[in-house]
Amino acid sequence: MLKRIAGVLLAVVGAFALGGIALHRHEPINALWLVTAAVCVYLLGYRFYAAWIATRVLKVDPTRATPAERLNNGRDFVPTHRAIVFGHHFAAIAGPGPLVGPTLAAQFGYLPGTLWILVGAVFGGCVQDMTILLLSTRRDGRSLGQMARDEFGPVGGFAALIGTLLIMVILSAVLGLVIVNVMKHSPWATSTVLATIPAAILVGLYLRIWRPGRVLEATLFGVVLILLALVGGGWIDHQPQLRGLFDYSGITLAGFIIAYGFCAAVLPVWLLLAPRDYLSTFLKLGTVILLAIAIVLTHPQIKMPALTPFVDGSGPLFGGKVFPFVFITIACGAISGFHALIASGTTPKLISSEADVRLVGYGSMALESFVAIMALIAATLLDPGVFFAINSAAGVVGATPEAAVHTISAWGFPVSVEQMRALAASMGEQTLFARTGGAPSLAVGMASIFGSTFGQGLLALWYHFAVMFEAVFLLATLDAGTRVGRFMVQDLLGRVWQPLGRTSWYPSVLLSSALIVAAWGYFLYIGVIDPNGGVNILWPLFGISNQMLAAIALSIATGIIVKSTKPRYALVTLLPLAWLAVITSTAAWQKITSPDVRIGLFAAARDLADKLAAGALPPERAAVAPQLIFNQRLDAWLAMLFTAILWFVIIDMARICLRRLRGMPLRVNSEAPYRASQLQAAVAEGPP
Amino acid sequence: MFTRVGLVGCVRATWAWLRAASGDDAYERYRRHHGACHAAVPLMGRREFYAEEQRRKWSGVSRCC
Repeated sequence: MLKRIAGVLLAVVGAFALGGIALHRHEPINALWLVTAAVCVYLLGYRFYAAWIATRVLKVDPTRATPAERLNNGRDFVPTHRAIVFGHHFAAIAGPGPLVGPTLAAQFGYLPGTLWILVGAVFGGCVQDMTILLLSTRRDGRSLGQMARDEFGPVGGFAALIGTLLIMVILSAVLGLVIVNVMKHSPWATSTVLATIPAAILVGLYLRIWRPGRVLEATLFGVVLILLALVGGGWIDHQPQLRGLFDYSGITLAGFIIAYGFCAAVLPVWLLLAPRDYLSTFLKLGTVILLAIAIVLTHPQIKMPALTPFVDGSGPLFGGKVFPFVFITIACGAISGFHALIASGTTPKLISSEADVRLVGYGSMALESFVAIMALIAATLLDPGVFFAINSAAGVVGATPEAAVHTISAWGFPVSVEQMRALAASMGEQTLFARTGGAPSLAVGMASIFGSTFGQGLLALWYHFAVMFEAVFLLATLDAGTRVGRFMVQDLLGRVWQPLGRTSWYPSVLLSSALIVAAWGYFLYIGVIDPNGGVNILWPLFGISNQMLAAIALSIATGIIVKSTKPRYALVTLLPLAWLAVITSTAAWQKITSPDVRIGLFAAARDLADKLAAGALPPERAAVAPQLIFNQRLDAWLAMLFTAILWFVIIDMARICLRRLRGMPLRVNSEAPYRASQLQAAVAEGPP
Repeated sequence: MFTRVGLVGCVRATWAWLRAASGDDAYERYRRHHGACHAAVPLMGRREFYAEEQRRKWSGVSRCC
């Protein structure tokens, strides 16, 4: 009864908050409306939709023994309390995606992004994560690739492998590009981020040699070290003879990041990757909690309009209309195929009861989506003029500050050179113009929230704290992506020549690491030399690839649901799948065929080639033009490849569904046989 | 461990959660499990266990976008 009353109350508050958003359309709205609406939507989704899916569609059975119980080895298969599995799973899925995506999508106004984050998460992302988690739990923690092979056969499995490998490449490149844009000509940011590398190594030595396995002690030690690095960076920034040592151009920084990525991939994990990951997780959780508290305390006004004129496709951050590009840009905060890789791997081996998948799968994704809402708030509370000045590339608005403010003010978002100079000075930076990629404007937004909550005087420190938080976070994902990519390359090479598949054979480690780093390094380099910022091309490509992976995961889920229960229940995964197929294919189609040079990749390549042939380009642009032309064509082919893989998997899924509906024989169900859980029986009987 | 009441109980439960979620108590858990189930197999030392765990953890997808 109490639960029902709570449910009704929740629905009323949620409706009130959404109504508030709808009615405040032509005046500034308070961020608290968005927070309240979001929290109510998640709770309602969790309380009703998730519960319905868990009992009716997935037939979650708490009496069934999970692999953690059946295969308990005290290490990777361990029945674990759901609060802890939730923590683990959330830490693993929370990446920089939900911070960057909503910031970029804010160019359309706050409304499209907010709606897609909420609707996409409740009906798409959360459902995908929970379903894949349960299906993998029922299959002894099999990976997404293995499930694809089991359901669709070897070709479908191979498509999933190639798709995942390409995502790793695109993802690492775009993250590298975001970091470069944060550190470019910023001695404070560069020195702080550089100092986090020795800090991570010291933590690695602490954990491995001095006090093995004392994770919390080591993390505390590491957090102190990086806070010292943050303050030290500020000190360096004020030393005229030292700051020059850390003042680099984008190209040099890209070189550093490529070299760093290679080192991180070939060095032993315990020295750099694992400790950096601990630090990044703690920093990430701490900052997200701090941000939530600060937003509630300061309840800032949203200054961005609900919809901007850029919904027509003329936006400065990236070209393309609100449909389909808002759905492609906000990938991770609404639905992320990448999560399916985590939900089918480490997490299912820890689940102690099938009943926990709702909290761990659906709940973690709802929280991740909430992080995306906070990032959107941090981006939209800035003056729109300032937001566009930070996020627009020189190639779009003009290379000089005067030209940039002129262009942006003419769009109806007034901003002045003095305002930008004063803002940069208060953040301890020389300039904030054309810092594309979303991270710097997010840092400015976060700094202003933190500043008004915890002391305005420390704005520069807060800005660089946010920058360091983002960089540590981005680098941790880049390292992990490179490493996973390396394993995949080794897996592929091993099929050609067996010794290359041995993950511990050093020549193979070097070769495969070099291959994967070269692949993302290439896209990173092109992104840095691109006068339009590079993010405008790479981020949509990443979005398309990530949604493609989500479509593969949802296809697997749909195929299995059709096979094992009432076929109409498959609509819970089929509807988000259909939506993803529509937006991904439309976006890819536009990226390939659009005659608009800001959207169509072939059109852009042709346009640049014509200008180059006519000698209409200034010499510095003519020098890089051939590389840009080649890259735009390559990206267009990649978009085609992603779409082909997507439709290949969907058709395979449709074939399986048809066979089931016609009663034809199917591949055997790969589910592990039922065994009654002793664990749950023990819990039900109470403690002895 | 999540059923204690009172302030001290809350702090203890949070600490226990933090240790478990971060893997700080992984070795203790392993030792308990080993004592209960695999007494015949030699017990790994703290350092060896940590190295082995890390090798295992980092051989798959562990981080997301």
